[in-house]
Amino acid sequence: MSKPNAARFLPLAIFAALALLLAAGVWLSRNPDREALPSPLIDKPAPAFALPVLHEPGRTVTLADFRGAPFVLNVWGSWCPSCRDEHPVLTRFAETKRVRMVGFNWKDDREDALRWLGQFGNPYWLVVADVEGKAAIDWGIYGAPETFLVDANGVIRWKHVGPLTDALIQGELVPALDAIDPQPGAAR
Amino acid sequence: MTAALLLALALGSGEAKAQVGTDVAPLEFRDAREEARFHALVSELRCVMCQNQSLADSNAQIAFDLRHEVLDLMREGRTDAQIKDFLVARYGEFVLYRPRVETRTWLLWLGPGLLLLGGGFVVARIVRRRSSSPVADDASQEW
Repeated sequence: MSKPNAARFLPLAIFAALALLLAAGVWLSRNPDREALPSPLIDKPAPAFALPVLHEPGRTVTLADFRGAPFVLNVWGSWCPSCRDEHPVLTRFAETKRVRMVGFNWKDDREDALRWLGQFGNPYWLVVADVEGKAAIDWGIYGAPETFLVDANGVIRWKHVGPLTDALIQGELVPALDAIDPQPGAAR
Repeated sequence: MTAALLLALALGSGEAKAQVGTDVAPLEFRDAREEARFHALVSELRCVMCQNQSLADSNAQIAFDLRHEVLDLMREGRTDAQIKDFLVARYGEFVLYRPRVETRTWLLWLGPGLLLLGGGFVVARIVRRRSSSPVADDASQEW
């Protein structure tokens, strides 16, 4: 070789760049939440709804009824196996009475939903039922479980897609709650 | 037995789930024009649950619901652009198979062109250098 030719190393450089790219892809795919869509509704007013209460089908509640204190909206269905996994975590969190927990019973049969709560316990302060799934579309809900944190003014502050864990509650939900509602136990 | 166990494991995994659809009310179109417009629209929208399928192809429950919603919105007289806006406002830019050109997506749109330009530039430089110093004269060169 008469003179060092940078171009000779070009294939190596391209290979290294590609290898890096693929490694980054593998690295990113380790994140179990990689399929969760970021919600465009974060820091926006929660979509209005008027839904019947699961336990009292004659009574309808709207978003305005929840104003004044933050609440956690948890989307679940008796058809959803991950919701069953999440249930003990939710129950533990509900027992701390840190915030109102509103259940959003999504596309469920009323009888099935009531039986589910009867069997596993009801961690919710109130459960609304969206049988048709219209309100769910407004909230950008696409799977269950999903969990939203809504502040006292009805603004969505945090969202998680997939089952909550104790670590998630301590690491994300409670800090988000502290940021909007510094007095523990003020709700309820 | 093993299959049932695997299925149970798959269902019990930590991911968010959507019901696999049972469409209670199949879509009925008023005419061929409406049907063609509907199919064109839903094939450009991504299923939010399955993510590698279009809204037209997916069997997730949410896809059934969203297809109904899209048809309802069409019948309310909304334009295709308005229907896309409706879904983007709820589910984000992700629902569009063809993202819009904006600050967050310009790399997506221009990236392939920039790469092609860069590659062309490198190739042009190599070709020019080779033609100015003929490789054939270099005895140590094996290729």
